[in-house]
Amino acid sequence: MIKVEKLSKKFGNNEVLHDISTEIAKGEVVSIIGPSGSGKSTFLRCMNMLETPTSGKILIENKDLTDSKTPIHKVRQQIGMVFQHFHLFPHLTVLENLTYAPMKAKGIKKPVAEEKARQLLKKVGLSEKEKAYPGSLSGGQKQRVAIARALAMEPELMLFDEPTSALDPEMVKEVLDVMKDLAKSGMTMVVVTHEMGFAREVADRILFLDHGVLLEEGQPAEFFTQPKTVRAKEFLDKIL
Amino acid sequence: MNLDFGQITPYIPFMLEGIWVTLKFVAVALVVGFILGTVLALFKISHIKPLNWFATAYTSIFRGTPLILQLMTFYFAIPQLTGYDISPFLSAVLAFGLNSAAYISEIIRAGIQAVDRGQTEAAMALGVPYRQMMKDIILPQAMKNILPALMNEVITLTKESALVSTISVLDLMRRAQVVGADIYRNFEPLLFVGLIYWIMVFGLSTIGRMIERRLKVSDQS
Ligand SMILES: Nc1ncnc2c1ncn2[C@@H]1O[C@H](COP(=O)(O)OP(=O)(O)OP(=O)(O)O)[C@@H](O)[C@H]1O
Ligand SMILES: [Mg+2]
Repeated sequence: MIKVEKLSKKFGNNEVLHDISTEIAKGEVVSIIGPSGSGKSTFLRCMNMLETPTSGKILIENKDLTDSKTPIHKVRQQIGMVFQHFHLFPHLTVLENLTYAPMKAKGIKKPVAEEKARQLLKKVGLSEKEKAYPGSLSGGQKQRVAIARALAMEPELMLFDEPTSALDPEMVKEVLDVMKDLAKSGMTMVVVTHEMGFAREVADRILFLDHGVLLEEGQPAEFFTQPKTVRAKEFLDKIL
Repeated sequence: MNLDFGQITPYIPFMLEGIWVTLKFVAVALVVGFILGTVLALFKISHIKPLNWFATAYTSIFRGTPLILQLMTFYFAIPQLTGYDISPFLSAVLAFGLNSAAYISEIIRAGIQAVDRGQTEAAMALGVPYRQMMKDIILPQAMKNILPALMNEVITLTKESALVSTISVLDLMRRAQVVGADIYRNFEPLLFVGLIYWIMVFGLSTIGRMIERRLKVSDQS
């Protein structure tokens, strides 16, 4: 469903991504790991064009995102994104956070959008918070709302950029549980994470990025026990 | 020192009418300034270079020259150039409106840019078109930063509006001068309208503080 071809990204003269190619199948859960500054976020953000690639192609269901003729906001409607720092809309209630984009971007009628939103809030265990404002929620609750907000657009693909890194340790599990459920339901997911437990247990495939190069990819069982490259081995030794 | 407020008593209704003239003038200039200022602010944050340049040049010119010169230019230069006999009120509204647009555009630009970049990214990632995002997500949040600064601009505008007396708009200030010339006493009418200006500014500041307090409360939500 996603095909990345020779993707490169430069910020000025700094080449942050170098010639990355990979393919992600429908329903697959892929974890991107690597040292800080290796380009994980940039890679993820290229997949919905929050960053514009310097060269290369990104095809999502055969639509080339880098083609300037592709209506980018239509494509983005099919790609949910969850950020490290949530970025909920603070001036809208939880329910409005979920209904805003479906109504304004897709033209869905309010009652329909609200019903869908309530279903999703139930799914992430936050039904009682629909009238609350984001400011009154804990970090874990905010992130679950953020996931529900992305799901409200009924995306084909979900991108996560370190969704649990800004959370207190006791809140990590509630967010990971929601993500696990989502993975089980067959959602295609790309997850940048430092949670090796999650990567090992839930991911179908690991991508290891180092200095902007896709150095290694493989199944978690293999990758975590017998990394092929020295860099990956060093990285795993440091964090495990 | 001999003050005699008795003499201005018959002129009080005449001077009080100036409040209305001043307020009307400030209100119209403010509306012009706000609308144009919003457009200029959007130009400044746009990715289209010529729009940036235009807005920056505009701001630089209107902030870089004396307001009274701008006022005179509109009042005297427009008739000279176009033959159109512009009324004092219209030229004053134009000068003040265009001038405050420069200041307001800076206030709004700063307010928009103070909104967390993540808000834009979240809206874009959801596929919300730019206009909708600006209207529903960014501007409402920017308002919190904008309103207090905007109140200051209103206060400045109210005080500076006295400049229009120089092109014979019958505002508060001008009326004080007229009365002064009539009764050969200047101190009393000036003191009287001075008090009125002070009360108006005091009222505006109070409203400003109320709005600020309101915004703080809703921030804690
Ligand atoms: N907007 C930008 N402008 C310039 N340089 C940038 C920009 N965004 C990222 N970079 C640089 O690109 C490199 C890769 O950044 P990126 O955020 O993708 O890394 P990361 O793997 O996500 O790191 P982390 O684990 O710390 O989140 C870094 O050196 C960073 O400084
Ligand atoms: Mg990152």
